Amino acid sequence: MAFNVELPHVGESVTEAVIGKWLKSPGDHVEKYDPLVEVITDKVNMDVPSPESGILTKIFAEEGETVLMGAVIAEMDTGKVELDDSTNQTAAPTIRPSAGTPPPNRIGTLVQGANVGPTGGEFTDTSLSAETPSNASGASGSSTPSTTRQKGFSPVVTRLASQHGVDLATLVGTGLGGRVTKKDVLAAVDQGSNSSSTTTVSLGGDEIVEPSAIRRMIADHMVKSMSEIPHAWSAVEVDVSGMVEWRTQNKAKFESDHGLHLTYLPIALAVVASALKANPRLNSRWSDGKIVMKRAINIGVAVAAEEGLVVPVIHDANEANVVGLAQQLDGVVSRARAGKMTIFDVQGGTFTLNNTGSLGSVWGGAIINHPQAAILTTEAIVKRPIVISKNGEDVVAVRSMMNICLSFDHRIVDGAEASEFLQAVKTGLEAVNLESELT
Amino acid sequence: MAEQTVIEAVRQTMFAEMRRDSSVIVLGEDVGSRGGVFLATDGLIEEFGEDRVIDTPLAESSICGVAIGAAVNGLRPIAEIQFADFIWPAINQLVGEASKVRYGTNGVKTAPMTVRVPYGGGVRGGLYHSQSIEVLFAHTPGLSVVAPATPYDAKGLLASAIRSDDPVIVLEHKRTYRLVKGDVPAEDYTIPIGKAEIKRPGTDLTIFTYGLMLHYSLQAAEMAAANGIDVEVLDLRTLRPLDGEAIAESASRTGKALIVQEDTPAVSISSEVAAIIGERCFFDLDGPITRLGPPEIPPMPFSPIQEAEFMPSPEKILAAIAKLAEI
Repeated sequence: MAFNVELPHVGESVTEAVIGKWLKSPGDHVEKYDPLVEVITDKVNMDVPSPESGILTKIFAEEGETVLMGAVIAEMDTGKVELDDSTNQTAAPTIRPSAGTPPPNRIGTLVQGANVGPTGGEFTDTSLSAETPSNASGASGSSTPSTTRQKGFSPVVTRLASQHGVDLATLVGTGLGGRVTKKDVLAAVDQGSNSSSTTTVSLGGDEIVEPSAIRRMIADHMVKSMSEIPHAWSAVEVDVSGMVEWRTQNKAKFESDHGLHLTYLPIALAVVASALKANPRLNSRWSDGKIVMKRAINIGVAVAAEEGLVVPVIHDANEANVVGLAQQLDGVVSRARAGKMTIFDVQGGTFTLNNTGSLGSVWGGAIINHPQAAILTTEAIVKRPIVISKNGEDVVAVRSMMNICLSFDHRIVDGAEASEFLQAVKTGLEAVNLESELT
Repeated sequence: MAEQTVIEAVRQTMFAEMRRDSSVIVLGEDVGSRGGVFLATDGLIEEFGEDRVIDTPLAESSICGVAIGAAVNGLRPIAEIQFADFIWPAINQLVGEASKVRYGTNGVKTAPMTVRVPYGGGVRGGLYHSQSIEVLFAHTPGLSVVAPATPYDAKGLLASAIRSDDPVIVLEHKRTYRLVKGDVPAEDYTIPIGKAEIKRPGTDLTIFTYGLMLHYSLQAAEMAAANGIDVEVLDLRTLRPLDGEAIAESASRTGKALIVQEDTPAVSISSEVAAIIGERCFFDLDGPITRLGPPEIPPMPFSPIQEAEFMPSPEKILAAIAKLAEI
């Protein structure tokens, strides 16, 4: 039996994916769950497992092609006997035509000159004579194109355009009065997905580079976030001298106990998770005019992978201790860098933490990971002369300082709540010292 | 497999059902020795006798009332209304009583009755032999209304109606009786009440229709195909309950809906189909939900010229297709 292989849905906001490499060729025998094809989305790269066992017969989606979730990408022969369910009547199987005979004419044909009168009498009928219509295009031929109609977009056109990121203003409509039709949008989507090559064209000495599929997805995601979410920013300085001392003291032991390199990231994660618990508005999303307060605290961690930015998610970050978080981070980050993340790794994020300090940055205004409410960056730790109070006197001391910068959705939270959250993170980080029992 | 007209399929189905189940009886005006004015019951009285094939007075209220009485007492009557135009005196029996038997008796009694109703125009029948009466019954919970348009569907739906434990109105378009011929298997089969069928698949727009207009729509779709427009034609087949799933599926797929009916459009089957599409398919629509029907005047005119003007025709449907396809 021919079986259609559909592109599975991954992640709640992912609507399409780019076909990577086909791991099987037509004619190959494939076991159920065998990796069939690599696909790339703006959230994850993954292997699509085969939904059935059988022979891969046809491939419909070429490498590099952008395909909608749920679309048929290949066909398999499962070797099973096909059950004919093409008719929905409860008829006995005997009514099916035998091979070689034409299918039964169930719709019927019209009898010319049939007796149609109430009592079987003869009536002549002109309405069914085979004359061609006087004007094949009918009423449309005589009507003048409406100029008001072209202003409006139909529901399906607006839906498809937003789904595929098509700018309707750039389309030339083929409908009445230049209206953009469903077909026009689908044609534009088709065209867009066919030009996914990375050819370089020279234009007056400048180089024009076609972005990679992942680059384009990141671009679309950023534009969506910046155009939909009214961003506001806030930042505080954090004295992390205690945390630095604590890490220096525990580094070697942590590595021998757990086999993991101890970084500041799991500590920051633990502190942010508990600050989110205390300030749940930062762990929400704006959705259709409502604020959805997320029950789970799933923190995405921005990771620079080879092909671009990816954001693996640490699920229920508030329920693990620093060791647990370090272990989860190690697993997910290495999978991200290797391009081997699972769907679970990228799904369900409710807040994002970006350790831009590892790049040397000391201040940033991050773009929120749509549709979340906020994103926090931890900046570089630098030693600076700071005025502190010692024995009731102001003195200048050398302290390890770190800025943390918050971008937040101003529809959901105002400056006061954002500051409360920032203060909670600051307090949590500054509370870490040599006496802390974090492991 | 025999090729039959609609009227032959109706007649053969009644023969088969009366042979299959001795509780099935037929009653109506001239259904006995005359064999029915359309000859739908021709020959029944010879085989089944006048206890099971009953000639009644010219009294539609009584025909339906007697059918209810017979049905709640264990028979499966098939009541024939000679012309839909004369069903109005039976409204109280059908809408007021038959529809409520199951509910009113808390399920203790049901009314397993079939009412066969020849309806529709385009037969030079004038004011009193042309009406479309489906809306009043299709509006009534407790009644099912089917409108088969092909010999195959006529057999399958009439058999389902006779075997149903609740009242079913079977609308038979007079114009299709001898106009439409098609293959009808001799074997027993039924078609479920409430299931529409795509009679012609297409991609550009969907025509939703039933009865005689199915055939006119199929003709128009062929003409449109010659002009490069790929029209899907969905035969509603059952008017109550409408197959909302099939309607929404097709409308969502093509994005454009044209509803064609012979009945006047205001507060009609097309209103309900349009509502279903509006409710379920809004984000898939690429054009206004469009309806084609006759003008809102009281009767189908008698004058052939005026009748042709009143009735939707393949040419008028084609014009509506072209207009909607171009939008």
